[in-house]
Amino acid sequence: MNTDTDGELEISDLLANTALPSAETMERLHRRLEESAQQAGILDIAYTTMDTPVGTLLLAATEKGLVRVAYENEDLDKVLDTLGTKISRRILKAPKRLDTAAFEIDEYFERKRKTFDLTLDLSLSSGFRQLVQKHLPQIGYGMTESYKQVAAIVGNPKAVRAVGSACATNPLPIVVPCHRVLRTDGTLGGYIGGLAAKTALLNMEAAV
Amino acid sequence: MKKPFENVVAEHGPMVLRVCRAVVGFDDADDAWSETFISAMKAYPALPDDANIEAWLVTIAHRKAIDIIRVQKRIAIPVDEVPDRPSSIGVPGSTDHEVWDYVKFLPEKQRQAVAYHFLGGLPYGEIAETLGGTTAAARRAAADGIKSLRKTFAGQDSKGASQ
Repeated sequence: MNTDTDGELEISDLLANTALPSAETMERLHRRLEESAQQAGILDIAYTTMDTPVGTLLLAATEKGLVRVAYENEDLDKVLDTLGTKISRRILKAPKRLDTAAFEIDEYFERKRKTFDLTLDLSLSSGFRQLVQKHLPQIGYGMTESYKQVAAIVGNPKAVRAVGSACATNPLPIVVPCHRVLRTDGTLGGYIGGLAAKTALLNMEAAV
Repeated sequence: MKKPFENVVAEHGPMVLRVCRAVVGFDDADDAWSETFISAMKAYPALPDDANIEAWLVTIAHRKAIDIIRVQKRIAIPVDEVPDRPSSIGVPGSTDHEVWDYVKFLPEKQRQAVAYHFLGGLPYGEIAETLGGTTAAARRAAADGIKSLRKTFAGQDSKGASQ
């Protein structure tokens, strides 16, 4: 080996190991990117996460409105991948757009809020499912309906099973209260956030 | 499958910042980084699924850096000494920091070739495409840059090259 190569290896190792930017620097640059992407109108999806009594939630919003609320058990990376495929990959963790939604969800868990006053983007669902999801906010706080009742109300009494899948695929749980739909015999049925979360929400609402 | 852009920023953001610091200097690196990523985010939906993300980002960073270097040359503030700066890039006075400081005194082409190869991880073929010229020329520019760094570095610190 000649000395040239020796020198090159050592210097390039030093370069490769040198000066990794600090976490604070990267955070500062990230915040700057969030702002300029928002200003440039290319922040197609902004998201954040928040801690609640039913676990960590992911909130995501397009420029139109809140588009997704996800429970941790849904695998948040997978949720973001799906948003990327279905809506846009121009996604950043940018909490600012979610400030109002996060605030209202906090109030809900503190039992200071019974209805949500948020602009929703329902573009992740369509057809009958969207019809069902649009009805759900009309089930009042602390009240419940059966899958069968919901089917009748949305004008398709035979579509009990389809109501079940509309609830199961609700992209906006909690805010669109699919947890207020139960089986006719009063048992829970299913829930996207797990049955423990469904029980916790129903108990909390019933306790007021 | 292409990831959400957030993953691109998290995975490659630090590498791009190091490249920017090497090519435009510490003070203008934040601007170069920001312009690189806003530009990349705009273009991201059209990027082919199998594209080499690092090479793509370094190419964008290169274009943004050229704009900044052009402005720097117009303003042309002579710099006699390495200015003091925050220690966020390492322990001040450490050996790493010193090598880093010498990079910016290299001629532009050498600085770019060294940054894109050793910090950006680009093969010389891709660097040649980015800078123009042949692969051999890109390799030579990087080798000359390293040689010159080694000389300066050894001259400043007799233990340097053997550390």
